[in-house]
Amino acid sequence: MKILSRLLGRETPPSPAATGNNGDRHGLGIEIGALTVQGVGPDPDEDALMTLQVAISRGEELLPLCMCIVADGMGGHEGGQIASDLAVRLVGEWVLSRIYRPFLGEPDNPAARQPVSEVLTEAIVAANGKVHEACPDGGTTLTCALVLGSNAFLAHVGDSRAYLISRNTIRRITTDHSLVNRLIELGQITAQEALQHPQRNVLYRALGRPGNLEVDTHLQSLPAHSALLLCTDGLWSAVAEDEMLSTISAAPSPQIACNHLVDRAIEHGSDDNVTAVLVQV
Amino acid sequence: MERRQKSQPPSSANRTPEDALEPGAVLQQRYQILKVRGSGGMAVVYRARDLRFEKVSRICAVKEMTVHAPETRLRDLVVHSFEREANTLASLNHPAIPHIFDYFNESNRVYLVMEFVEGQDLEQLIDDSPAPLDPGRVIDWAIQICDVLGYLHSHEPPFVFRDLKPSNIMINEQGDVRLIDFGIAKVFERGQRGTMIGTAGYPPPEQYRGFPEPRGDLYALGATMHHLLTQRDPRQEPPFSFHEHPIREVNPKVSAALDAVVMKALEYDAAKRFGSAAEMQAALDAVNHLSTSPAPISTIALSPFEAAVTYDGDVTPYWTFACEDEVRSSPTVSDGIVYVGSFDHNLYAVDATEGKFVWKYPTEDVISSSPHVWGDLVLFGSEDHVIYALFKETGGIAWSTPTKDRVRSSPRVSLEHVFVGSDDHHFYCLSARQGRQMWAFETPSFVRSSPAVSPERVYFGASDGCVYALDVQTGRERWRFTTNRTVISTPLLYEGVIYVGSMDWNLYAIDAQARWSLWSYRTQGWVVSNPALSETTGLVYVGSADGNVYAIDRETGRKAWSYETGGPVTSSPAVTNDAVYIGSTDGHLYSLDARQGELRWKFDTGASVVSSPTVWEHAVFVGSRNRNLYALPL
Repeated sequence: MKILSRLLGRETPPSPAATGNNGDRHGLGIEIGALTVQGVGPDPDEDALMTLQVAISRGEELLPLCMCIVADGMGGHEGGQIASDLAVRLVGEWVLSRIYRPFLGEPDNPAARQPVSEVLTEAIVAANGKVHEACPDGGTTLTCALVLGSNAFLAHVGDSRAYLISRNTIRRITTDHSLVNRLIELGQITAQEALQHPQRNVLYRALGRPGNLEVDTHLQSLPAHSALLLCTDGLWSAVAEDEMLSTISAAPSPQIACNHLVDRAIEHGSDDNVTAVLVQV
Repeated sequence: MERRQKSQPPSSANRTPEDALEPGAVLQQRYQILKVRGSGGMAVVYRARDLRFEKVSRICAVKEMTVHAPETRLRDLVVHSFEREANTLASLNHPAIPHIFDYFNESNRVYLVMEFVEGQDLEQLIDDSPAPLDPGRVIDWAIQICDVLGYLHSHEPPFVFRDLKPSNIMINEQGDVRLIDFGIAKVFERGQRGTMIGTAGYPPPEQYRGFPEPRGDLYALGATMHHLLTQRDPRQEPPFSFHEHPIREVNPKVSAALDAVVMKALEYDAAKRFGSAAEMQAALDAVNHLSTSPAPISTIALSPFEAAVTYDGDVTPYWTFACEDEVRSSPTVSDGIVYVGSFDHNLYAVDATEGKFVWKYPTEDVISSSPHVWGDLVLFGSEDHVIYALFKETGGIAWSTPTKDRVRSSPRVSLEHVFVGSDDHHFYCLSARQGRQMWAFETPSFVRSSPAVSPERVYFGASDGCVYALDVQTGRERWRFTTNRTVISTPLLYEGVIYVGSMDWNLYAIDAQARWSLWSYRTQGWVVSNPALSETTGLVYVGSADGNVYAIDRETGRKAWSYETGGPVTSSPAVTNDAVYIGSTDGHLYSLDARQGELRWKFDTGASVVSSPTVWEHAVFVGSRNRNLYALPL
């Protein structure tokens, strides 16, 4: 239209253009796949996941609002399972009441619109206290993504991960709160050595521990035709990133991608619980 | 490594084990248990009396190793380690190392009898202290620890303590240091199954590669000192994150020299630490001497550990251009010409390289709107209610369009249309070629914010506290986002997120599609400054009326740094790869390091700088209320 108006020399009201660096993206269709399987090892099933998707129209626009959570519990006597399960439910319920309900029920009430970063952080901090009360010996990782419009907002503790898959590349968004990750950052060990490090399972931050919990938050723009993968260490410690990418790229749907990702992890000998959630936009 | 498996409560280190010996129990018909002194891991330490000395009450420490593990191999390892501790202690002779008296097996348990060290360990001391410990005491202890570490490291091969931490350092009533717990039982912690919670705490990074060496003990000493001086327990922090918690921010009583010694010990790279315990001891001695010296200390004398002084060097403008009244408008540069409005009613065109007058265009009132160049036109508003488009070459008028009140908003052009607000409560879309009104959108109050325009929507703030998103084509409202006060700040649109300040003190990040706040950062004053973003640093920069310049991580919404100026900051930042330039009402233009927020330089104009700087080639341009327009080196 810009070119047209120049050519014709006519004054026309400004029109939407097809391109633009800061262009608003809308009408995104979102599709979710999710799978969690129990490992063959001696540990009980300690992973948990949740997904919740709505889309609401505003004029011709379709606004998606989608939440995904993965958690990997730890601690004996089923403490890990209780912790991950409880944490996922508590965080889900919190986000539901503070974002989904105002989003659907009170769209014009600014008082009901708390910033996403605050809601997610408070949700995880509140869950931290309750999980600790309910299960003093347990703890859990938790990675939560809220997809809102063309952005995803992530909140995270522990070593479950979020990856962005876009333009045939895969990039890790979250930072593992693990000792080995700090050692990698400091150049003491390589990522490959970390996979074999005797203390590779030691986390310095997790949900369900006494005291204050610092939550990582992260705003991630989601380009068109991108995907967000949330997974526990059962997947990422067994399947290399390039194989994750090729598996996702080859799959016809997010659900089949998740099925195949989990298959790959088991083929590579993962005896841990494996959980994958894939959000495709 | 301090870590705990998830099945153990964190306080287990101090609780009394259920199967501990009862008071009164006698071992080897000689050592009468008095009480449990402490426990941790697989060991329990008792306070006991040596009955061999009937006439005197000779007190000793009895350390008991219990192995609950059914595996023979693990049990053998524990016993072997315990024997090693006994042999180690028996071969050492230093006043800070407790004497060993006896070693024996009884009832499937292994015992070590040692000198009883009276006093408190440093962990108890710091836990009981309401404030960080006195730097003088910490230096004194650290010097003694360096002495004993020097002794241990002088063995061939060097004896590496490997587990230096506050709970392993005892202090008696005289202030003498004793190292306790030579049990080097790391072997038991390896290769455990399942994810667990733990933290590095005090040991150095290389110890987790399996390379304990003497300089690692110096790191652990640095970590211990950091804990004592800040009360920040490293076991509660991400591993190896001491450099993220500057000591002097927490405890201003710590001198720069002491801080430098501790941070040198805590270098990640062992080669950058002190070469030996003796070297660290000498550095601490020097700090001690300085801090106890009665004579006034020159900061130069603190070298080489004194932190670098801030740089506040002279900045000489390339040129200064004098207007006839205040310059509050923000300059813009195009094709080597600077355009800026002044309170003297004129819009000026000034040569950017030499500061020479090119032309000026008089309006009927003061100009606080900032000019915008589009093609061969320069567009701006005036308090005479009119929006002007001038030919940028000549200053001749292309068109002018009146509104019904002052125009303080600065126009933006997109898709051949001008978007601009007015104090007449309207936001206008005009054709850029002729100034004809395409649509107008009415708000309940002034529109002084300037717009951000995407191919589909235009975003601006208004004095009713709302950020509006309108359809560019029709001017129809798509959404509004309500803040609690007036929005004068100009929204910044980047990757589907609107960043905008409000006079409710917040900087907001709003999803441009779902109009939901992704994060907000609260300053302590109005935010009328326009945010600027650097793709290089990923930071959003903005000024606040609380006097600070803020850098907020755009992904987390958390503050990366802030820099305090001497007055409210209503100017908006200009960003290059390295630096942020911003004015303050304290009269200065500041150049700050974009990543760290350190001062690069500041330039005093003598009157408040509310104009926002702009960068072109090798210069930064800014106006001042002292009537001048400046060109300064970057």
